[in-house]
Amino acid sequence: MSRVSTAPLRLVTRDDRAVQLPSNSSLPSIESEAQLRGLLGALSGVDAVGAEARAAKLATRSLKKSTKLAALDLAISMVDLTTLEGADTPGRVTSLCAKALHPDANAPEVPSVAAVCVYPDLVAHARTVLGASTVKVAAVATAFPSGRASMAVKVLDVKEALDAGADEIDMVIDRGAFLAGRYGQVFDEVVAIKELCGATHLKVILEVGELKTYDNVRRASWLAMLAGADFIKTSTGKVGVSATLPTALVMLESVRDFAEATGLRVGVKVAGGIRSAKDALRYLVVVNETAGSSWLTPDGFRFGASSLLNDLLMQRLKQHRGAYVRPDEFSGD
Amino acid sequence: MAPTSAPTSSAATDVSDDLTQSRLGAMTYDPAPESAAIVTFRDAYGLFIDGRFTDPSSHDSFATINPATETVLARVALASASDVDVAVKAARRAYETTWSKLSGAQRAKYLYRIARLIQERSRELAVAETLDNGKPIRESRDVDVPLAAAHFFYYAGWADKLEFAGYGAKPTALGVAGQIIPWNFPLLMAAWKLAPALAAGNTCVLKPAETTPLTALLLAEILQQADLPPGVVNIITGDGTTGSALVDHPGVDKIAFTGSTEVGRLIQERVAASHKGLTLELGGKGANIVFEDAPVDEMIEGIIDGIFFNQGHVCCAGSRLLVQESIADDVLRRLVRRVDQLRVGDPLDKNTDVGAINSAAQLARINELAAYGEHEGATRYTSTCVLPDKGYWFAPTVFADVAQSHRIAREEIFGPVLSVLTFRTPDEAVAKANNTKYGLACGVWSEKGSRTLWVAQRLRAGVIWANTYNRFDPTSPFGGVRESGFGREGGRHGLEAYLDVH
Amino acid sequence: MSTERLEVRKTFKLLINGAFPRSESGRTYEVTAASGTFLANVAQASRKDVRDAVVAARAAQASWWSQSAYHRGQVIYRLAEMAESRRDELAEHVALSEGLRARASQLSVARAIDRVVWYAGWSDKIAQVFGGANPVAGPYFNFSLPVPSGVVGVIADQDSSLEAFVDAVCAPIAAGNAVVVLASEQRPTPAVLLGEMTATSDVPSGVLNILTGRTGELAPTLCAHEDVDGVDLSGVNEAFADELALLAAGSIKRVLRPGRGDASLARLRAFLETSTVWHTIGQ
Repeated sequence: MSRVSTAPLRLVTRDDRAVQLPSNSSLPSIESEAQLRGLLGALSGVDAVGAEARAAKLATRSLKKSTKLAALDLAISMVDLTTLEGADTPGRVTSLCAKALHPDANAPEVPSVAAVCVYPDLVAHARTVLGASTVKVAAVATAFPSGRASMAVKVLDVKEALDAGADEIDMVIDRGAFLAGRYGQVFDEVVAIKELCGATHLKVILEVGELKTYDNVRRASWLAMLAGADFIKTSTGKVGVSATLPTALVMLESVRDFAEATGLRVGVKVAGGIRSAKDALRYLVVVNETAGSSWLTPDGFRFGASSLLNDLLMQRLKQHRGAYVRPDEFSGD
Repeated sequence: MAPTSAPTSSAATDVSDDLTQSRLGAMTYDPAPESAAIVTFRDAYGLFIDGRFTDPSSHDSFATINPATETVLARVALASASDVDVAVKAARRAYETTWSKLSGAQRAKYLYRIARLIQERSRELAVAETLDNGKPIRESRDVDVPLAAAHFFYYAGWADKLEFAGYGAKPTALGVAGQIIPWNFPLLMAAWKLAPALAAGNTCVLKPAETTPLTALLLAEILQQADLPPGVVNIITGDGTTGSALVDHPGVDKIAFTGSTEVGRLIQERVAASHKGLTLELGGKGANIVFEDAPVDEMIEGIIDGIFFNQGHVCCAGSRLLVQESIADDVLRRLVRRVDQLRVGDPLDKNTDVGAINSAAQLARINELAAYGEHEGATRYTSTCVLPDKGYWFAPTVFADVAQSHRIAREEIFGPVLSVLTFRTPDEAVAKANNTKYGLACGVWSEKGSRTLWVAQRLRAGVIWANTYNRFDPTSPFGGVRESGFGREGGRHGLEAYLDVH
Repeated sequence: MSTERLEVRKTFKLLINGAFPRSESGRTYEVTAASGTFLANVAQASRKDVRDAVVAARAAQASWWSQSAYHRGQVIYRLAEMAESRRDELAEHVALSEGLRARASQLSVARAIDRVVWYAGWSDKIAQVFGGANPVAGPYFNFSLPVPSGVVGVIADQDSSLEAFVDAVCAPIAAGNAVVVLASEQRPTPAVLLGEMTATSDVPSGVLNILTGRTGELAPTLCAHEDVDGVDLSGVNEAFADELALLAAGSIKRVLRPGRGDASLARLRAFLETSTVWHTIGQ
């Protein structure tokens, strides 16, 4: 938006409406824990009531017709199809990869999902099944989900995943260190893992359900971004509270402000508990109206989910057919 | 601690040149209109007197229109002084023969019935309100109608507990209450007036605003459905002459008015030489005070809510933004960006944030004051939203570099226009906030509790919202100080206006 | 040659902003006892004195209200102590003004002083009795506090020279207001004496301003003054009250009409506003 001081009145222009970015992008250099602490301490607080009210208001947006169809397809393309169970086997991963490539066997126009997300030991298998497709292999690493291991173990975990061909690493932060105020330690771990990853996308899981407060979510978001995260991610899906709309709102405000400050766009991944297309569309609305439409790509936003995909497909088919469809229309993977 | 390396090693996407790239474009939402079919207005409405719709003595009527389309919704009766007389007499008769004879518990049951019926017909009422007023359906659906029902529920519970309300051991009603309400929250204001009056044992003659009579007339149908005894509530539509006749009627024991300070002053003068009780809820020029430690994102939303809720047609609107100078540029940048995101248009669309201006007259007033703001040298930012061709519209507007002496900082605009001023210290913020003849509502934004309470203690205002704005609740007293009026609506305090309290 | 001592007669002056000036107009008027004999020369305030008194009251009100309620109670109680020690003098003037016998005037003064004590005790009860928490449906802490209207103009009762005067001024002062009062036109001396006692009773300058003079001349000025927030018309008849209420409407003043202030808490309630504060509750 531009300023208008005297007649004739000039209205702000369309070009002015987006997030304003500095001309050259760079990550600020963090030289000391004191500096980091100062940066995080200077972040605005979050009023929980206001954040939740804003999220609830955005949740009342109503997507219809072509908007809804486009949003459903977009959501499908943003899914990190996930299996993170002790019972995971190569066979299970094979089915998941097939689903990821062609979510709806009867509708080739349905986009592939963004990635499959597995434990490091199954990365190689997934990589083989997916071949040269656009679907990425994401691996959870750094002693997922608790992160309670030595740095050496975490590094090894990541190295194995990278060596096996992972395109993306989903690491967890040390929540204990964060809650104890050892921000420097958390920061150093992220920096170290990012250095290992190089060009491989690094998603940093904040585990918001353990950070509890929105203030913590905002600080952890900035910490991860300053340390070089490509994505910040809400949750492992392994604790009671996972992604929520207001938490995603706070993280999206953080990536927007970070982009304005540094010129770097960091993505947001919400994971855990998102099962319905309705929920997914609500997240897209929050993305659209918080960070802006330039985040509405698989590089800007992801859903970590498994059962969500079929609901997206069902709603999509319902929009096309005009009638509700049965769940068995789609494979159960 | 390892310094972070330069951007080349970071794979975070550099977005400086692909801002607009998106699968959804700007994610423009397809229209999502609430169906208007749920409400059917009659072609013409009479006056609701003594439990029935009756023709006015003069047979005069006027049209009420949808301000978003300028189409006529219905014709309503224009009550003359003689119609007012009939209505007041009906209310007196009902007071003496029925309503004052009922126990509090019986009155309570009628109010509970009304509350339930409002809930049951909530979708219809919300659509009707949006059609007649121009406000977004999201607001009429989520705010006006639920709060109206809640008000009846709340005061229903008081009807049989008046002796515990702190107004003496045997509080009694005043008699016949004449109630004049504005067009900004037509149904909600009717509820704010009727519920406490009826709970306290009064009967009522309610005069809805000229441009928004329809939900009050639907409410009349609800009163019939609730079997409220005839004459307990009479609803007379009309214009200023109708209200004037009601104010002057010697059979009225109490006048309750919500509207402009100018009219409030006239009413106070007109009843000065009488023993009529009077409560006035008048204009405002609310200050929303933002300190540098405010929770920034919620504060921006609060500023938006404060001034653009209901198109700014809110007496307690936060129409003056007082920003600490140290963060003024950042707040203005964020605010202007957010203003441009507001979705302005079809009030029935569920995604609309800002609806239509209620009338051509109000639009003219907003236009005049906004033009004056430019003339006075303030910096104007106006949303680039595309306004519909028909109807009354005003694009959300922010004026920066406003001085205390500017008209747009002193006069109530009653539209989607925000004036931004700065301050340096808490003392200065309070002084500027209080530098007005009004005193209805203020906002304070800070993460520092002690300072918030320090400021709240010093603000001359009937309502102070801290880290929020424009929140309403039936249990919470609402009303102004100084030229914003006197008397409270809501809460235990709201009963005082309708009891013979010495 | 008489050996009887010649008394020193006193001119009764105004109380404005803690000082005891003559009227800026220089005028005085003569008041007589109920018996018709000369009682005193009393300053006859002008419209400009009204203006000065309102300015003083406005300046004093914020700091009076910012004192703790406990402290305000103590100050008002101190006024009762001062009055108690000079009750004979007050009783003499009440007797002369109202034509009461000594016993009746002493009882009247006793009741007036007890009334001051009653209001002293109110100052730190008002918030609890008139305010409270409101259980709103949402994550907000919401409380309503009674706060003073600001500057209150009082037209004191014309007949009851001390008792009604005490009621009319102590109620708004206990509630945190500052007061400009027009004392009874023909019976002003007990009020002026009480005003003199404030000089030794810690009542801050400007919180109580007492004007004497022609009610018919001064009351319209006071009621029309736009920086006065409320007026108590107890001391005028209905017809004059109608006229004054009309003037008060110009700036939307709170108006206490004659007869409306007599019930127990009506005067306390009359010049209190309700200020409601909402604050979010969240982690």
